[in-house]
Amino acid sequence: MVIPEGFKFSREHEWAHDQGDGTALIGISHYAQDAMGDIVFVELPNVGDALEAELEFGVVESVKTVSDLYAPVSGEVVEINDELEDSPELVNQSPYEGGWVVRIKMSNPEELDALMDAEEYVDYLKESE
Amino acid sequence: MSQELRHIPLEDRHVALGAKMVPFAGYLMPVQYTGLIDEHQAVRTRAGLFDVSHMGEVEIVGKDAIAVIDGLVTNDATKLVDGQAMYTVMCKPDGGIVDDLIVYRLAEDHVFVCVNASNRDKDFAHMRQYARGEATLTDRGDAYGQFAIQGPDAQTLLQRIAGIDLSAIGAFRCQFGPIAGHVSLIARTGYTGEDGFEIYVPAEHAGAVFDALIEATSREELALCGLGCRDTLRLEARLNLYGQEMDEQTNPFEAGLAWVVKLDKSTPFIGQQALTELKAAGPGRRLRGLVVEGRGIIRHGHDIFVDDQKVGVVTSGTYSPTLEQSIGLGYIDVEHAERAKVEVEVRGRRIAAAVTKKAFYSRK
Repeated sequence: MVIPEGFKFSREHEWAHDQGDGTALIGISHYAQDAMGDIVFVELPNVGDALEAELEFGVVESVKTVSDLYAPVSGEVVEINDELEDSPELVNQSPYEGGWVVRIKMSNPEELDALMDAEEYVDYLKESE
Repeated sequence: MSQELRHIPLEDRHVALGAKMVPFAGYLMPVQYTGLIDEHQAVRTRAGLFDVSHMGEVEIVGKDAIAVIDGLVTNDATKLVDGQAMYTVMCKPDGGIVDDLIVYRLAEDHVFVCVNASNRDKDFAHMRQYARGEATLTDRGDAYGQFAIQGPDAQTLLQRIAGIDLSAIGAFRCQFGPIAGHVSLIARTGYTGEDGFEIYVPAEHAGAVFDALIEATSREELALCGLGCRDTLRLEARLNLYGQEMDEQTNPFEAGLAWVVKLDKSTPFIGQQALTELKAAGPGRRLRGLVVEGRGIIRHGHDIFVDDQKVGVVTSGTYSPTLEQSIGLGYIDVEHAERAKVEVEVRGRRIAAAVTKKAFYSRK
């Protein structure tokens, strides 16, 4: 799986993609969706909710498992991917595009620097095997 | 249960075929191959192959074989004819469920019992302790590989490598016959709500039989299936799972299994006295089906509410690929068990669920 440019990863397998306008899209990695299997429900936060880096902000459920979503960076939710309400499988099919979860207005964009880039994340996955 | 990791005969083959493996009941088992929902739909519409070699087998051989098993289980084994199977539970003297079993009468002096993998050691010890009569009990859990071929096309596909006419085996019947040349016990039983077969193959030939079946069919025709979809399939068909709907603190009446308790059968059996009393008293809770209305997924352990009163607990909950909705089973206090609706608490939030006594899925 080729990871597109510009994505930053947390140790909990969430990604943040800087949109260049002070906001970032947040989702889960290809590895995470693959490990969970068929995703059938995503519990989204509300627009306006404040997310804090490393804290839970939602839940992803596959048929078999329940996983918390952890914010890779802090900020205010400005948009949620409401397509996931009817089509949670988008997270499996397109984890880096159609399966994004929320857009947040970053309160501390420097937090992005603490995340792993694609190469570091691939190494991290190898190490955790 | 032994803490030592046991191995099914074909563990390496599943890994090579791309299965995701997870520890289950002390074995490393395939939980899924291509995807749980795909595998589930394959079984509902075509056919799927499950390696369930972790399941235990006990053989009872001797002139009192039928009487011995009849004294251990609640259903009536004396009614069985050669080549017939029955579902039953085995209870403790206090009526608590030790395990649920399939009992096959192979001959007047030969009974074959399929037990849950997680209960294998416990069941065998219980059977040895309470068996009365002239017969030898043997734990044959390592002697067999077991495969389940399930789905509407199961007979057609298995027939390609079977040396006997499978259409002659009726539901809950079994027969010995060659599969890819290796004599196996072929039973028309299953745990998916579909037509299909469970075959017990001598462990040393399990690989050859598995390979022959894979060779004789395409993956479009016969999907490789893991334990993940086995659970969603059994739950849609409303089949109980030991450890969830049943345990030693559960009696068969509350678990919806009164139909396998024959209190007036000819052989006295373990738990008979307690079960007679439990039946007269009536259950304090009842197992009910739950269909979520709206979003959210109910899971094992979630509490069931009526208004602000906790009235029960979910024993199994998942997403139903057929209903495209969350379904589950749960115990509800008897005074609320006839309600049409309850609420289930999921992460601090209540979601509405319809209560049902029926299976979520029945094959046409």
